[in-house]
Amino acid sequence: MQLHVNGRLHELALDNRTTLLDALREHLGLTGSKKGCDHGQCGACTVLVDGRRINSCLALAVTLDGVEIRTIEGLSDDGALHPVQQAFLDRDGFQCGYCTPGQICSAVGMLDEFDQGWPSAVTTGGQPAALDAGEVRERMSGNLCRCGAYMNIVPAILDVADAAAGRSSA
Amino acid sequence: MTVSTEVRNRTAGGIGESPVRPDGTFKVTGQFAYSSDLWMDGMLWGATLRSPHPRARITSIDVGPALKLAGVSAVLTHDDVPGEKVYGLEIADQPVLAFDEVRYQGEPVVIVAADHPETARRAAALVVVDYEVVEPVTDPREAVGHPDWKPVHDEPGERTAMSRDRAPVHPHGNIVRHQRIRFGDPDAVTADVVVQGDYEVGMQDQAFLGPESGLAVPADDGGVDLYVATQWLHVDRRQMSGALALPEEKIRLTLAGVGGAFGAREDLSMQVHACMLALRTGRPVKMVYSREESFFGHVHRHPALMRYEHGADRDGRLVYVRAHILLDGGAYTSSTPAVVGNASTLGVGPYDVPNVGMDCWGVYTNNPPCGAMRGFGAVQAAFGYESQMDKLAAAVGLSPVEIRTLNAVSEGSILPTGQRIDSPAPVAELMHRLDAMPLPGSVDQDIRLLPGGVSNTTHGEGVRRGVGYAVGIKNVGFSEGFDDYSTARVRIELVGDEPSVLVHTAAVEVGQGLVTVQAQIARSELGVERVTVAAADTQVGSGGSTSASRQTYVTGGAVRAGCAAVRSSLFERAAARYGPGEFRLVAGKVESLVDGVVGDIASLLLDGPVEHTVQWRHRPTQPLDEATGRGNAHVQWAFCAHRAVVDVDVELGLIRVVELACVQDVGKAMNPDAVLGQIHGGSAQGLGLAVMEEVQVVDGKLRNPSFTDYLMPTIMDMPPMRVEVLELADPHSPYGLRGVGEPPTISSTPAIVAAVRAASGVDLKRVPIRPEHLVAAALCH
Ligand code: FES
Ligand code: FES
Repeated sequence: MQLHVNGRLHELALDNRTTLLDALREHLGLTGSKKGCDHGQCGACTVLVDGRRINSCLALAVTLDGVEIRTIEGLSDDGALHPVQQAFLDRDGFQCGYCTPGQICSAVGMLDEFDQGWPSAVTTGGQPAALDAGEVRERMSGNLCRCGAYMNIVPAILDVADAAAGRSSA
Repeated sequence: MTVSTEVRNRTAGGIGESPVRPDGTFKVTGQFAYSSDLWMDGMLWGATLRSPHPRARITSIDVGPALKLAGVSAVLTHDDVPGEKVYGLEIADQPVLAFDEVRYQGEPVVIVAADHPETARRAAALVVVDYEVVEPVTDPREAVGHPDWKPVHDEPGERTAMSRDRAPVHPHGNIVRHQRIRFGDPDAVTADVVVQGDYEVGMQDQAFLGPESGLAVPADDGGVDLYVATQWLHVDRRQMSGALALPEEKIRLTLAGVGGAFGAREDLSMQVHACMLALRTGRPVKMVYSREESFFGHVHRHPALMRYEHGADRDGRLVYVRAHILLDGGAYTSSTPAVVGNASTLGVGPYDVPNVGMDCWGVYTNNPPCGAMRGFGAVQAAFGYESQMDKLAAAVGLSPVEIRTLNAVSEGSILPTGQRIDSPAPVAELMHRLDAMPLPGSVDQDIRLLPGGVSNTTHGEGVRRGVGYAVGIKNVGFSEGFDDYSTARVRIELVGDEPSVLVHTAAVEVGQGLVTVQAQIARSELGVERVTVAAADTQVGSGGSTSASRQTYVTGGAVRAGCAAVRSSLFERAAARYGPGEFRLVAGKVESLVDGVVGDIASLLLDGPVEHTVQWRHRPTQPLDEATGRGNAHVQWAFCAHRAVVDVDVELGLIRVVELACVQDVGKAMNPDAVLGQIHGGSAQGLGLAVMEEVQVVDGKLRNPSFTDYLMPTIMDMPPMRVEVLELADPHSPYGLRGVGEPPTISSTPAIVAAVRAASGVDLKRVPIRPEHLVAAALCH
């Protein structure tokens, strides 16, 4: 099969029970995506598939032939950090960092979902004009952080949202 | 922040600042290599077969079927352990691989190496182990048949026909440690106001996100190299040396990226197993636990049963505290003795109590082994004594803040061990500051912000607001006479034309920011901005454990001392070059105290590098007297207080923590961002213990080893926090700093419970609180 990962095409012969996460980590050497539970419970393995965030531990690699997969390794552009990566650094949005690749991929996907007008479970009365802390919490609730860096993850993501919208979140 | 200490700091990125973590870019780009990310060509994968029974005799083990599976290279049992068959942090009693008997569900019995992780797992499943199942001892009360034992609860655990003759979990009996505290005249004294309570703490799991893992590589000299996530490289090595029958110098450990620790990596997990397999097969062996296996692969927080009796005068001033604390240590010793030491010595909390009678037991059962978790001993006791302080407040008509400030310890107070607190102890100030913080607005009618959230369980009709307070005390560093030290090698040299410092210690970064703070110290001490912290390994002396909130204190102290030694050498060179005088190093320059800048640090290095390795110890402590608990057992105390605001749906028993406020004295905020990170994270874990986190153990069997069933706080559960940080210098510690990591875990739990009690009116006795605790009580009203 063929896996398109971070703009590169990989020919792979995989056992059809192989998850995308294992394909990335064990077959392509892309260990940035983390395995925290292998059961879709923690979000550490979050990657982007055609721009949408998924738990790569719950996807079988063979079902993703031909789609564009982006992992944490593919977010920075020629050494320049993606704005979400930069914001996590600036806001100290992590401690051990094990959840961080998943948090960052999830945030990138989430910001795009928001831009596309997707409501969340806490959205009331139509699409809110801007992401607020409540929206960020709800939309990021699938990503556990045991170090409890949540208090810094929320402002990190809001920084990026605000910068994209041309506001300063002070 | 209130700053009462001033440390000269003119070199950028030094102490008191929050420079970007040196490992930060690697962590946000996915390049940081955790122990589970390691890879080597030709490596094998290890797997572990574990006991399905909490207690059984092993009658036979047949590895034949596993060995026949294609791709399997080794299947090892206790017969293959090269050296000592047992290991342990304080007492060696935990089998490397079970022999004769298994004492908890999940105990390792057989290990396998194969060319694929699935093959290894399948092979492990093919091993035939015959067990003769024995009824387990699972009630810690029942485990203790000691003459001194007084039951914590009036009704002893249910006895079965067998229980009278039940064999002890270990031949030496079921008591790991019994520590008594006798202060004043606790038996005879009486008081006008007496409050009693029984309290229970459930078993919490550290649940770090990066499971146990590592890579063992056999070496040409017959030794082995291990790349692993741990908390203390040298103590791992010491235990491995016994089990592998190899001298320590033939076992080289290098720290791999650590995906959180929180105490769970203090004991060995896969270290010896991976090395046994590597040495047997002559190939690198990687082991990675699954999440389920991780729940069996490390110790948990001790569950506790506590009975407290507080006596006070009519004004609320404490007269005595009598308490029994029973800690379930599970099948093996692990850190239980230290947990008992902390729970007993800190068991009355940060209060002046003239008479104390305390008995604290750590016992063996056939439950999962319990050991280190953030704030151990102090966390359990705080739930008991803080619940009592609220009861006492109600009995004498004081507010929670008033009762605590009235009885608060302060500098100079004598603790129940007879030890005097000889550094600031601003407990009353913490309470006053909490009290002065604004409260959040009243119950929000937005359903998103109500308990139950968008599950749409209420429109606010059964929702009550509650506010609760708690304060805790924690010892910092290793106590009770332990020789607690760290080692630092500091080297300064020219790289290009620039002076550059290399700091090398074996101290473990787990996310708390230790590599950052080591570099900050070197910058401030040596006036050099370019500082690299080498990977932690056993090529340098021990750094001690990343636990007990001790690393910034002890390894920070070692780095400072190493820098001081380097600086002295540089000053000798400066004197030779510029004439005698007093110098200092600031921002790359050499300054004479008289003449100002006299030259560059770089010019002092033209004669070659300077390097010193130093060992640094904090002041010594003493063991506790077994019968009275007398002894200057602790080196430092840290204090933290929380105010919790909760909304409780009293009809459904659902809780939402609306806000946490926290005030902590850190002595000196070496890195303010990292201090806040520890306060946020510690508070979150305390919140978890208060309202959701519990390893469910029934008849010795773990019922919820997954993140679906073991609930911990998500980003939705973590409320906004108000944090104030005090910096009241401890004159005995480097820079005046205090350990930061554990204290916030201690007070957040009882503050939240107090708030839920205030909201619901229910006399809660157990954490974590479950909806049925609230609803069942409401139905009885
Ligand atoms: S590893 Fe995929 S969700 Fe946890
Ligand atoms: S930073 Fe450690 S789990 Fe999130």
